[in-house]
Amino acid sequence: MSILSQNADVEDDCLFEAYLDSVKNISVLLKAVNFKDNGICFATDKGLKVTVEDSKCVQASAFIQREVFQHYTLNDEQVVFKVNISVLVECLNIFGGSATALKMCYQGYGFPLTLLLEEGGVITDCSIRTLEAEEILDFNFSAANVLNKIILRSECLKEVFAELDTSSDLIEILLSPDPPYFRITTAGTAGDTKIDIPKNSDMIETFQCTTLATSRYKLSHVKPSSKSLAVSQKVSIRTDDRGLLCFQYMIPADNHTCFIEYCCTPVADIDGEYDE
Amino acid sequence: MKFRGKIAESACMRQFANIIVTLARLSKLCVVRFTKDFIYFIIVEENVTVGKPMVWSVLEQTHFFNEYSMTGVSEDQNEIYLEFETDVMAKSLSSLRVSHGAKSVKMKLTNKKSPCLTFEIQLSELSHSRFCVHDIPVSVIPRKEWTALQEPVVPNYDVSIQLPGLKLIRTVAERMKSLSSHIVLLANHEGALILKVETPEATVSTHFKNLIMENSGGDEENTEEFFSARIDIRKFVQFLTSEQVNPSKVVCNIVDDKMVAMFLINEDIIMHYFLPAVAA
Repeated sequence: MSILSQNADVEDDCLFEAYLDSVKNISVLLKAVNFKDNGICFATDKGLKVTVEDSKCVQASAFIQREVFQHYTLNDEQVVFKVNISVLVECLNIFGGSATALKMCYQGYGFPLTLLLEEGGVITDCSIRTLEAEEILDFNFSAANVLNKIILRSECLKEVFAELDTSSDLIEILLSPDPPYFRITTAGTAGDTKIDIPKNSDMIETFQCTTLATSRYKLSHVKPSSKSLAVSQKVSIRTDDRGLLCFQYMIPADNHTCFIEYCCTPVADIDGEYDE
Repeated sequence: MKFRGKIAESACMRQFANIIVTLARLSKLCVVRFTKDFIYFIIVEENVTVGKPMVWSVLEQTHFFNEYSMTGVSEDQNEIYLEFETDVMAKSLSSLRVSHGAKSVKMKLTNKKSPCLTFEIQLSELSHSRFCVHDIPVSVIPRKEWTALQEPVVPNYDVSIQLPGLKLIRTVAERMKSLSSHIVLLANHEGALILKVETPEATVSTHFKNLIMENSGGDEENTEEFFSARIDIRKFVQFLTSEQVNPSKVVCNIVDDKMVAMFLINEDIIMHYFLPAVAA
Protein backbone atom coordinates (compact mmCIF):
# COMPACT_ATOMS: atom_id res chain seq x y z
CA MET A 1 0.00 0.00 0.00
CA SER A 2 1.38 3.36 -0.90
CA ILE A 3 2.33 5.74 1.85
CA LEU A 4 -0.08 8.19 0.21
CA SER A 5 -3.11 6.23 1.32
CA GLN A 6 -1.87 6.32 4.89
CA ASN A 7 -1.44 10.07 4.73
CA ALA A 8 -3.33 11.28 7.74
CA ASP A 9 -3.61 14.95 6.91
CA VAL A 10 -6.51 14.55 4.52
CA GLU A 11 -8.07 17.82 3.51
CA ASP A 12 -11.55 17.79 4.97
CA ASP A 13 -12.47 20.74 2.85
CA CYS A 14 -11.74 18.82 -0.34
CA LEU A 15 -14.81 18.84 -2.53
CA PHE A 16 -13.38 16.00 -4.53
CA GLU A 17 -10.68 13.54 -3.55
CA ALA A 18 -9.65 10.36 -5.27
CA TYR A 19 -6.90 7.81 -4.86
CA LEU A 20 -5.37 5.33 -7.32
CA ASP A 21 -2.77 2.61 -6.65
CA SER A 22 -1.43 3.12 -10.14
CA VAL A 23 -1.71 6.02 -12.58
CA LYS A 24 -1.31 3.71 -15.57
CA ASN A 25 -4.98 3.55 -16.62
CA ILE A 26 -5.90 7.18 -16.04
CA SER A 27 -2.76 8.26 -17.89
CA VAL A 28 -3.65 6.13 -20.94
CA LEU A 29 -7.18 7.54 -21.04
CA LEU A 30 -6.13 11.17 -20.64
CA LYS A 31 -3.39 10.90 -23.28
CA ALA A 32 -5.97 9.50 -25.71
CA VAL A 33 -8.23 12.57 -25.45
CA ASN A 34 -5.39 15.07 -25.19
CA PHE A 35 -5.74 16.48 -28.72
CA LYS A 36 -6.16 19.96 -27.25
CA ASP A 37 -4.38 21.33 -24.20
CA ASN A 38 -7.34 22.18 -22.01
CA GLY A 39 -10.08 19.88 -20.82
CA ILE A 40 -13.00 20.07 -18.46
CA CYS A 41 -13.25 17.60 -15.59
CA PHE A 42 -16.58 16.52 -14.14
CA ALA A 43 -16.55 14.55 -10.94
CA THR A 44 -19.93 12.96 -10.17
CA ASP A 45 -20.97 10.07 -8.00
CA LYS A 46 -20.60 7.84 -11.05
CA GLY A 47 -16.97 8.75 -11.57
CA LEU A 48 -14.67 11.18 -13.31
CA LYS A 49 -15.28 12.43 -16.84
CA VAL A 50 -12.74 14.51 -18.74
CA THR A 51 -13.97 16.31 -21.87
CA VAL A 52 -11.90 17.95 -24.59
CA GLU A 53 -13.53 19.97 -27.34
CA ASP A 54 -12.37 21.46 -30.61
CA SER A 55 -13.99 24.19 -32.70
CA LYS A 56 -17.47 23.21 -31.57
CA CYS A 57 -17.38 20.28 -33.96
CA VAL A 58 -15.51 17.59 -32.10
CA GLN A 59 -15.83 16.41 -28.54
CA ALA A 60 -14.08 13.58 -26.76
CA SER A 61 -14.83 12.40 -23.24
CA ALA A 62 -12.93 9.86 -21.17
CA PHE A 63 -14.90 8.16 -18.37
CA ILE A 64 -13.21 6.66 -15.37
CA GLN A 65 -15.91 5.07 -13.25
CA ARG A 66 -15.57 5.38 -9.49
CA GLU A 67 -15.04 1.63 -9.10
CA VAL A 68 -11.65 2.01 -10.80
CA PHE A 69 -10.45 4.23 -7.95
CA GLN A 70 -9.31 2.74 -4.65
CA HIS A 71 -10.90 5.68 -2.83
CA TYR A 72 -13.35 8.24 -4.21
CA THR A 73 -14.93 11.00 -2.16
CA LEU A 74 -17.25 13.66 -3.42
CA ASN A 75 -18.66 16.33 -1.11
CA ASP A 76 -21.03 17.88 -3.61
CA GLU A 77 -23.41 16.68 -6.29
CA GLN A 78 -21.04 17.51 -9.07
CA VAL A 79 -17.66 19.17 -9.14
CA VAL A 80 -16.49 20.85 -12.35
CA PHE A 81 -13.14 22.40 -13.18
CA LYS A 82 -10.99 23.08 -16.24
CA VAL A 83 -7.28 22.23 -16.38
CA ASN A 84 -4.44 21.89 -18.84
CA ILE A 85 -4.59 18.17 -19.62
CA SER A 86 -1.13 18.13 -21.22
CA VAL A 87 0.37 19.40 -17.97
CA LEU A 88 -1.72 16.91 -15.99
CA VAL A 89 -0.44 14.02 -18.11
CA GLU A 90 3.20 15.12 -17.65
CA CYS A 91 2.67 15.23 -13.88
CA LEU A 92 1.08 11.79 -13.77
CA ASN A 93 4.12 10.41 -15.57
CA ILE A 94 6.74 12.22 -13.49
CA PHE A 95 8.34 8.97 -12.36
CA GLY A 96 8.16 7.45 -15.82
CA GLY A 97 6.89 4.09 -14.67
CA SER A 98 3.44 2.76 -14.04
CA ALA A 99 4.02 1.88 -10.39
CA THR A 100 3.14 5.42 -9.35
CA ALA A 101 0.37 5.95 -6.80
CA LEU A 102 -1.84 9.02 -7.07
CA LYS A 103 -3.95 11.12 -4.77
CA MET A 104 -5.85 13.97 -6.36
CA CYS A 105 -7.74 16.68 -4.57
CA TYR A 106 -9.82 19.69 -5.56
CA GLN A 107 -10.98 22.12 -2.92
CA GLY A 108 -13.37 24.10 -5.05
CA TYR A 109 -13.75 27.09 -7.30
CA GLY A 110 -10.57 29.16 -7.48
CA PHE A 111 -8.35 26.44 -6.04
CA PRO A 112 -5.77 24.54 -8.06
CA LEU A 113 -5.98 20.82 -8.65
CA THR A 114 -3.47 19.20 -6.33
CA LEU A 115 -1.81 15.87 -7.01
CA LEU A 116 0.38 13.76 -4.77
CA LEU A 117 2.34 11.10 -6.64
CA GLU A 118 4.49 8.47 -5.04
CA GLU A 119 6.87 5.81 -6.27
CA GLY A 120 9.52 4.01 -4.25
CA GLY A 121 9.20 6.33 -1.29
CA VAL A 122 9.79 9.48 -3.35
CA ILE A 123 6.93 11.97 -3.42
CA THR A 124 6.05 14.57 -6.02
CA ASP A 125 3.44 17.15 -5.28
CA CYS A 126 1.81 19.15 -8.05
CA SER A 127 -0.43 22.14 -8.00
CA ILE A 128 -2.13 22.73 -11.35
CA ARG A 129 -3.97 25.94 -12.04
CA THR A 130 -7.68 25.56 -12.75
CA LEU A 131 -9.43 27.80 -15.23
CA GLU A 132 -12.96 29.04 -15.74
CA ALA A 133 -14.94 26.04 -16.98
CA GLU A 134 -17.12 27.20 -19.83
CA GLU A 135 -20.21 25.40 -21.08
CA ILE A 136 -19.45 22.41 -23.20
CA LEU A 137 -21.57 21.49 -26.15
CA ASP A 138 -24.33 19.04 -25.53
CA PHE A 139 -24.51 17.04 -28.68
CA ASN A 140 -27.68 15.45 -27.39
CA PHE A 141 -26.75 12.15 -28.90
CA SER A 142 -29.52 9.97 -27.57
CA ALA A 143 -30.15 6.31 -28.22
CA ALA A 144 -33.58 7.17 -29.54
CA ASN A 145 -32.20 8.91 -32.60
CA VAL A 146 -29.58 6.34 -33.48
CA LEU A 147 -30.07 5.13 -37.02
CA ASN A 148 -27.15 2.82 -37.37
CA LYS A 149 -24.81 1.09 -34.97
CA ILE A 150 -21.97 -1.34 -35.41
CA ILE A 151 -19.49 -2.74 -32.95
CA LEU A 152 -16.21 -3.94 -34.28
CA ARG A 153 -12.79 -5.08 -33.11
CA SER A 154 -10.43 -2.12 -32.92
CA GLU A 155 -7.66 -3.83 -34.87
CA CYS A 156 -9.90 -3.73 -37.95
CA LEU A 157 -10.52 -0.02 -37.73
CA LYS A 158 -6.85 0.61 -36.91
CA GLU A 159 -5.93 -0.96 -40.25
CA VAL A 160 -8.53 1.12 -42.05
CA PHE A 161 -7.36 4.34 -40.45
CA ALA A 162 -3.76 3.54 -41.24
CA GLU A 163 -4.71 3.27 -44.93
CA LEU A 164 -6.66 6.51 -45.07
CA ASP A 165 -5.56 8.95 -47.74
CA THR A 166 -4.42 11.93 -45.73
CA SER A 167 -4.48 14.19 -48.76
CA SER A 168 -8.26 14.00 -48.60
CA ASP A 169 -10.12 16.85 -46.91
CA LEU A 170 -13.14 14.79 -46.11
CA ILE A 171 -14.00 11.27 -45.05
CA GLU A 172 -17.35 9.77 -45.99
CA ILE A 173 -18.97 7.08 -43.90
CA LEU A 174 -21.74 4.93 -45.25
CA LEU A 175 -23.76 2.54 -43.12
CA SER A 176 -26.60 0.47 -44.49
CA PRO A 177 -28.61 -2.70 -43.86
CA ASP A 178 -27.88 -3.56 -47.50
CA PRO A 179 -24.60 -3.89 -49.38
CA PRO A 180 -22.04 -2.36 -49.18
CA TYR A 181 -23.06 -2.31 -45.44
CA PHE A 182 -20.09 -0.30 -44.15
CA ARG A 183 -17.99 1.83 -46.48
CA ILE A 184 -15.39 4.47 -45.84
CA THR A 185 -14.50 6.77 -48.73
CA THR A 186 -11.84 9.42 -49.14
CA ALA A 187 -11.12 11.67 -52.12
CA GLY A 188 -7.47 12.66 -52.29
CA THR A 189 -5.02 14.02 -54.81
CA ALA A 190 -4.37 10.55 -56.21
CA GLY A 191 -8.03 9.65 -56.56
CA ASP A 192 -10.87 8.11 -54.57
CA THR A 193 -10.34 5.31 -52.08
CA LYS A 194 -13.18 3.11 -50.92
CA ILE A 195 -12.84 0.60 -48.11
CA ASP A 196 -15.72 -1.84 -47.66
CA ILE A 197 -16.31 -4.06 -44.67
CA PRO A 198 -19.17 -6.55 -45.15
CA LYS A 199 -21.49 -7.19 -42.26
CA ASN A 200 -20.54 -10.82 -41.97
CA SER A 201 -16.85 -9.98 -41.51
CA ASP A 202 -15.51 -11.64 -38.37
CA MET A 203 -14.26 -8.22 -37.27
CA ILE A 204 -17.83 -7.03 -36.83
CA GLU A 205 -19.45 -8.17 -33.58
CA THR A 206 -22.71 -6.30 -33.83
CA PHE A 207 -24.41 -4.92 -36.88
CA GLN A 208 -27.62 -2.96 -36.26
CA CYS A 209 -28.31 -0.78 -39.25
CA THR A 210 -31.83 0.33 -40.09
CA THR A 211 -31.37 2.88 -42.83
CA LEU A 212 -28.93 3.71 -45.55
CA ALA A 213 -27.15 6.82 -44.33
CA THR A 214 -24.10 8.59 -45.70
CA SER A 215 -22.37 11.49 -44.07
CA ARG A 216 -19.17 13.38 -44.61
CA TYR A 217 -16.80 14.65 -42.00
CA LYS A 218 -13.60 16.64 -42.11
CA LEU A 219 -10.72 14.21 -41.92
CA SER A 220 -8.90 16.60 -39.57
CA HIS A 221 -11.83 16.26 -37.15
CA VAL A 222 -11.83 12.49 -37.26
CA LYS A 223 -8.05 11.89 -37.18
CA PRO A 224 -7.50 12.72 -33.46
CA SER A 225 -9.76 9.79 -32.59
CA SER A 226 -6.94 7.43 -33.60
CA LYS A 227 -5.27 8.01 -30.24
CA SER A 228 -8.28 6.47 -28.50
CA LEU A 229 -8.54 3.77 -31.13
CA ALA A 230 -4.93 2.77 -30.56
CA VAL A 231 -5.51 1.85 -26.90
CA SER A 232 -8.95 0.27 -27.28
CA GLN A 233 -10.03 -3.31 -27.79
CA LYS A 234 -13.42 -2.66 -29.34
CA VAL A 235 -15.16 0.31 -30.84
CA SER A 236 -18.78 1.07 -31.56
CA ILE A 237 -19.75 3.42 -34.37
CA ARG A 238 -23.12 5.09 -34.24
CA THR A 239 -24.75 7.70 -36.43
CA ASP A 240 -28.00 9.49 -35.77
CA ASP A 241 -30.63 11.16 -37.90
CA ARG A 242 -28.59 14.38 -38.00
CA GLY A 243 -25.53 12.61 -39.32
CA LEU A 244 -23.73 13.04 -36.03
CA LEU A 245 -20.97 10.46 -35.73
CA CYS A 246 -20.16 8.93 -32.38
CA PHE A 247 -17.34 6.49 -31.67
CA GLN A 248 -17.33 4.71 -28.36
CA TYR A 249 -14.07 3.00 -27.42
CA MET A 250 -13.77 0.21 -24.89
CA ILE A 251 -10.45 0.35 -23.10
CA PRO A 252 -9.32 -2.35 -20.69
CA ALA A 253 -8.30 -1.07 -17.26
CA ASP A 254 -7.27 -3.97 -15.01
CA ASN A 255 -10.53 -5.67 -14.04
CA HIS A 256 -12.69 -2.94 -15.52
CA THR A 257 -13.48 -1.48 -18.89
CA CYS A 258 -13.30 2.27 -19.31
CA PHE A 259 -14.89 4.21 -22.12
CA ILE A 260 -13.98 7.08 -24.35
CA GLU A 261 -16.67 8.70 -26.42
CA TYR A 262 -15.74 10.71 -29.49
CA CYS A 263 -18.42 12.72 -31.31
CA CYS A 264 -18.06 14.59 -34.55
CA THR A 265 -20.48 16.80 -36.48
CA PRO A 266 -20.96 16.22 -40.20
CA VAL A 267 -20.07 18.60 -42.97
CA ALA A 268 -23.25 19.91 -44.59
CA ASP A 269 -23.80 18.69 -48.15
CA ILE A 270 -23.16 21.38 -50.74
CA ASP A 271 -26.28 20.44 -52.67
CA GLY A 272 -28.35 21.03 -49.61
CA GLU A 273 -29.31 17.36 -49.36
CA TYR A 274 -28.44 17.42 -45.68
CA ASP A 275 -31.02 15.55 -43.63
CA GLU A 276 -32.63 17.60 -40.89
CA MET B 1 55.41 19.24 -28.39
CA LYS B 2 54.84 15.54 -28.52
CA PHE B 3 52.20 13.17 -27.30
CA ARG B 4 51.61 9.48 -27.77
CA GLY B 5 49.56 7.05 -25.78
CA LYS B 6 48.00 3.61 -26.09
CA ILE B 7 44.99 2.11 -24.35
CA ALA B 8 44.70 -1.67 -24.62
CA GLU B 9 42.17 -2.69 -21.95
CA SER B 10 38.59 -2.83 -23.26
CA ALA B 11 37.09 -1.45 -20.03
CA CYS B 12 39.47 1.52 -20.17
CA MET B 13 38.68 2.14 -23.84
CA ARG B 14 34.97 2.02 -23.15
CA GLN B 15 35.22 4.34 -20.16
CA PHE B 16 37.38 6.80 -22.10
CA ALA B 17 34.83 6.87 -24.92
CA ASN B 18 31.96 7.26 -22.42
CA ILE B 19 33.71 10.28 -20.95
CA ILE B 20 34.03 11.91 -24.38
CA VAL B 21 30.36 11.16 -25.13
CA THR B 22 29.35 12.75 -21.82
CA LEU B 23 31.43 15.84 -22.63
CA ALA B 24 29.81 15.99 -26.07
CA ARG B 25 26.41 16.29 -24.40
CA LEU B 26 27.65 19.22 -22.34
CA SER B 27 29.35 21.29 -25.00
CA LYS B 28 30.50 21.38 -28.62
CA LEU B 29 34.03 22.42 -27.75
CA CYS B 30 36.38 21.14 -25.07
CA VAL B 31 39.95 21.69 -24.01
CA VAL B 32 42.18 18.73 -23.17
CA ARG B 33 45.27 19.32 -21.12
CA PHE B 34 47.95 16.63 -21.01
CA THR B 35 50.45 16.56 -18.16
CA LYS B 36 52.86 13.86 -17.07
CA ASP B 37 50.39 12.18 -14.70
CA PHE B 38 46.99 13.61 -15.47
CA ILE B 39 44.63 14.40 -18.30
CA TYR B 40 42.20 17.26 -17.81
CA PHE B 41 39.03 18.03 -19.78
CA ILE B 42 37.98 21.65 -19.41
CA ILE B 43 34.90 23.35 -20.77
CA VAL B 44 34.58 27.07 -20.35
CA GLU B 45 31.22 28.78 -20.57
CA GLU B 46 30.91 31.18 -23.48
CA ASN B 47 29.96 34.40 -21.75
CA VAL B 48 31.46 33.77 -18.38
CA THR B 49 34.05 35.89 -16.59
CA VAL B 50 37.66 34.86 -16.64
CA GLY B 51 38.72 31.84 -14.65
CA LYS B 52 35.43 30.05 -14.25
CA PRO B 53 35.39 26.75 -16.05
CA MET B 54 31.98 25.18 -16.46
CA VAL B 55 33.35 21.65 -16.53
CA TRP B 56 36.57 20.58 -14.88
CA SER B 57 37.40 16.93 -15.16
CA VAL B 58 40.56 15.03 -14.16
CA LEU B 59 41.72 11.54 -15.11
CA GLU B 60 44.78 9.75 -13.81
CA GLN B 61 46.50 8.65 -17.01
CA THR B 62 47.84 5.44 -15.48
CA HIS B 63 44.27 4.25 -15.01
CA PHE B 64 43.74 4.26 -18.75
CA PHE B 65 46.98 4.10 -20.71
CA ASN B 66 49.35 1.16 -21.11
CA GLU B 67 51.79 3.47 -22.84
CA TYR B 68 51.96 7.22 -22.33
CA SER B 69 54.62 9.73 -23.17
CA MET B 70 54.51 13.44 -23.68
CA THR B 71 56.69 16.46 -24.08
CA GLY B 72 55.06 19.79 -23.29
CA VAL B 73 55.63 23.26 -24.69
CA SER B 74 58.74 23.78 -22.60
CA GLU B 75 60.74 22.05 -19.88
CA ASP B 76 59.32 24.04 -16.99
CA GLN B 77 55.86 23.99 -18.51
CA ASN B 78 55.63 20.36 -19.44
CA GLU B 79 52.00 20.52 -20.53
CA ILE B 80 49.94 20.54 -23.70
CA TYR B 81 46.61 22.33 -24.10
CA LEU B 82 44.47 21.47 -27.13
CA GLU B 83 40.94 22.44 -28.09
CA PHE B 84 38.78 19.95 -30.01
CA GLU B 85 35.20 19.37 -31.15
CA THR B 86 33.60 16.87 -28.81
CA ASP B 87 31.08 15.28 -31.12
CA VAL B 88 33.71 14.65 -33.79
CA MET B 89 35.85 12.80 -31.26
CA ALA B 90 32.87 11.00 -29.77
CA LYS B 91 31.83 9.65 -33.16
CA SER B 92 35.37 8.49 -33.93
CA LEU B 93 35.52 6.55 -30.68
CA SER B 94 32.13 4.88 -31.04
CA SER B 95 33.67 1.48 -31.80
CA LEU B 96 35.34 1.57 -28.36
CA ARG B 97 31.96 1.51 -26.64
CA VAL B 98 30.86 -1.72 -28.22
CA SER B 99 32.04 -4.88 -26.49
CA HIS B 100 34.77 -6.55 -28.56
CA GLY B 101 34.62 -3.52 -30.83
CA ALA B 102 38.32 -2.71 -30.61
CA LYS B 103 41.51 -4.33 -29.45
CA SER B 104 43.47 -1.18 -28.76
CA VAL B 105 43.63 2.50 -29.53
CA LYS B 106 46.71 4.62 -30.07
CA MET B 107 46.60 8.39 -29.74
CA LYS B 108 49.17 10.71 -31.24
CA LEU B 109 49.60 14.41 -31.68
CA THR B 110 50.29 14.81 -35.37
CA ASN B 111 50.59 17.51 -37.95
CA LYS B 112 48.57 16.77 -41.06
CA LYS B 113 48.44 20.19 -42.73
CA SER B 114 47.26 21.38 -39.33
CA PRO B 115 47.55 19.94 -35.82
CA CYS B 116 45.51 16.80 -35.20
CA LEU B 117 44.97 14.26 -32.51
CA THR B 118 45.16 11.04 -34.47
CA PHE B 119 43.42 7.94 -33.20
CA GLU B 120 44.54 4.61 -34.57
CA ILE B 121 41.96 2.02 -33.59
CA GLN B 122 42.86 -1.63 -33.98
CA LEU B 123 39.58 -3.36 -34.69
CA SER B 124 39.00 -6.88 -33.48
CA GLU B 125 38.76 -9.30 -36.31
CA LEU B 126 39.07 -13.06 -36.24
CA SER B 127 42.30 -13.63 -38.13
CA HIS B 128 43.58 -10.32 -39.51
CA SER B 129 43.73 -6.95 -37.83
CA ARG B 130 42.14 -3.94 -39.40
CA PHE B 131 43.04 -0.42 -38.40
CA CYS B 132 40.83 2.58 -38.46
CA VAL B 133 42.53 5.95 -38.39
CA HIS B 134 40.78 9.15 -37.38
CA ASP B 135 42.39 12.56 -37.54
CA ILE B 136 40.65 14.93 -35.17
CA PRO B 137 41.61 18.54 -35.90
CA VAL B 138 42.74 20.40 -32.80
CA SER B 139 43.87 23.91 -32.09
CA VAL B 140 46.86 24.35 -29.87
CA ILE B 141 46.13 26.80 -27.08
CA PRO B 142 48.92 29.28 -26.53
CA ARG B 143 50.40 29.71 -23.05
CA LYS B 144 48.94 33.17 -22.54
CA GLU B 145 45.47 31.67 -22.54
CA TRP B 146 46.27 29.01 -19.95
CA THR B 147 45.34 31.19 -16.95
CA ALA B 148 41.67 31.14 -17.93
CA LEU B 149 41.77 27.35 -17.80
CA GLN B 150 43.14 26.82 -14.34
CA GLU B 151 41.60 24.72 -11.64
CA PRO B 152 38.54 26.58 -10.35
CA VAL B 153 38.57 27.83 -6.81
CA VAL B 154 35.99 25.74 -5.07
CA PRO B 155 33.73 28.14 -3.19
CA ASN B 156 32.29 27.56 0.24
CA TYR B 157 29.16 25.62 -0.48
CA ASP B 158 26.09 26.18 1.69
CA VAL B 159 25.10 22.57 1.38
CA SER B 160 26.56 19.39 -0.18
CA ILE B 161 24.29 16.41 -0.60
CA GLN B 162 24.75 13.07 -2.34
CA LEU B 163 22.26 12.25 -5.09
CA PRO B 164 20.35 8.99 -4.57
CA GLY B 165 20.56 7.58 -8.05
CA LEU B 166 21.00 9.42 -11.31
CA LYS B 167 18.44 7.36 -13.17
CA LEU B 168 15.40 8.44 -11.15
CA ILE B 169 16.56 12.05 -10.92
CA ARG B 170 17.04 12.08 -14.68
CA THR B 171 13.53 10.65 -15.31
CA VAL B 172 11.97 13.33 -13.11
CA ALA B 173 14.11 16.15 -14.51
CA GLU B 174 13.32 15.17 -18.11
CA ARG B 175 9.58 15.30 -17.38
CA MET B 176 10.02 18.65 -15.70
CA LYS B 177 11.91 19.86 -18.76
CA SER B 178 8.66 19.65 -20.75
CA LEU B 179 6.99 21.95 -18.22
CA SER B 180 9.62 24.65 -17.77
CA SER B 181 13.01 25.90 -18.99
CA HIS B 182 14.39 26.30 -15.48
CA ILE B 183 14.51 24.12 -12.39
CA VAL B 184 15.15 24.99 -8.75
CA LEU B 185 17.29 22.66 -6.67
CA LEU B 186 16.85 22.92 -2.92
CA ALA B 187 18.69 21.02 -0.21
CA ASN B 188 19.12 21.19 3.54
CA HIS B 189 21.39 19.67 6.16
CA GLU B 190 18.85 17.01 7.08
CA GLY B 191 19.37 15.03 3.89
CA ALA B 192 16.42 16.47 2.00
CA LEU B 193 16.65 17.40 -1.67
CA ILE B 194 13.86 18.96 -3.73
CA LEU B 195 13.61 19.39 -7.48
CA LYS B 196 11.06 22.04 -8.35
CA VAL B 197 9.60 23.76 -11.39
CA GLU B 198 7.29 26.71 -11.21
CA THR B 199 5.28 28.06 -14.13
CA PRO B 200 2.01 29.99 -14.40
CA GLU B 201 0.36 26.66 -15.23
CA ALA B 202 1.66 24.53 -12.41
CA THR B 203 4.13 24.04 -9.60
CA VAL B 204 5.68 20.58 -9.38
CA SER B 205 8.12 19.49 -6.63
CA THR B 206 9.77 16.13 -6.15
CA HIS B 207 11.09 15.36 -2.67
CA PHE B 208 13.98 13.07 -1.85
CA LYS B 209 14.67 12.32 1.81
CA ASN B 210 17.33 10.69 3.95
CA LEU B 211 20.15 11.44 1.55
CA ILE B 212 23.76 11.38 2.67
CA MET B 213 25.35 14.72 3.44
CA GLU B 214 28.89 15.51 2.42
CA ASN B 215 31.00 17.42 4.90
CA SER B 216 30.40 21.05 4.20
CA GLY B 217 31.38 24.11 6.15
CA GLY B 218 28.52 26.29 7.24
CA ASP B 219 25.86 26.86 9.78
CA GLU B 220 25.10 23.56 11.43
CA GLU B 221 22.50 25.01 13.79
CA ASN B 222 19.53 25.55 11.54
CA THR B 223 19.55 22.14 9.84
CA GLU B 224 16.06 22.42 8.35
CA GLU B 225 16.88 25.52 6.38
CA PHE B 226 16.91 24.99 2.62
CA PHE B 227 19.52 26.43 0.30
CA SER B 228 18.55 26.76 -3.32
CA ALA B 229 19.48 27.93 -6.78
CA ARG B 230 17.49 28.19 -10.01
CA ILE B 231 19.33 26.79 -13.01
CA ASP B 232 18.85 26.01 -16.70
CA ILE B 233 17.03 22.69 -16.80
CA ARG B 234 18.48 21.57 -20.13
CA LYS B 235 22.03 21.88 -18.79
CA PHE B 236 21.08 20.00 -15.65
CA VAL B 237 19.57 17.14 -17.66
CA GLN B 238 22.64 17.07 -19.93
CA PHE B 239 24.85 16.59 -16.87
CA LEU B 240 22.70 13.68 -15.71
CA THR B 241 23.65 11.68 -18.81
CA SER B 242 27.03 11.29 -17.10
CA GLU B 243 25.39 8.22 -15.55
CA GLN B 244 27.13 6.30 -18.32
CA VAL B 245 30.59 6.80 -16.79
CA ASN B 246 29.30 4.83 -13.82
CA PRO B 247 30.06 7.20 -10.99
CA SER B 248 30.39 5.79 -7.49
CA LYS B 249 29.17 9.07 -6.07
CA VAL B 250 27.47 12.20 -7.34
CA VAL B 251 27.22 15.23 -5.06
CA CYS B 252 25.05 18.27 -5.52
CA ASN B 253 26.60 21.40 -4.01
CA ILE B 254 24.63 24.60 -3.70
CA VAL B 255 25.65 28.18 -3.01
CA ASP B 256 22.36 29.84 -2.15
CA ASP B 257 21.05 31.90 -5.05
CA LYS B 258 24.40 31.78 -6.80
CA MET B 259 25.15 28.38 -8.25
CA VAL B 260 24.85 24.64 -8.31
CA ALA B 261 28.05 22.63 -8.62
CA MET B 262 27.63 18.97 -9.48
CA PHE B 263 30.53 16.73 -8.53
CA LEU B 264 31.00 13.23 -9.82
CA ILE B 265 33.61 10.67 -8.84
CA ASN B 266 34.64 7.10 -9.43
CA GLU B 267 38.03 5.47 -9.33
CA ASP B 268 39.05 6.71 -12.81
CA ILE B 269 37.66 10.19 -12.96
CA ILE B 270 36.45 13.22 -11.10
CA MET B 271 34.25 15.83 -12.73
CA HIS B 272 33.00 19.21 -11.58
CA TYR B 273 30.11 20.85 -13.42
CA PHE B 274 29.29 24.43 -12.47
CA LEU B 275 25.87 25.84 -13.21
CA PRO B 276 25.27 29.51 -12.45
CA ALA B 277 21.96 30.53 -10.92
CA VAL B 278 19.48 32.31 -13.18
CA ALA B 279 17.09 34.89 -11.79
CA ALA B 280 13.39 34.22 -12.12
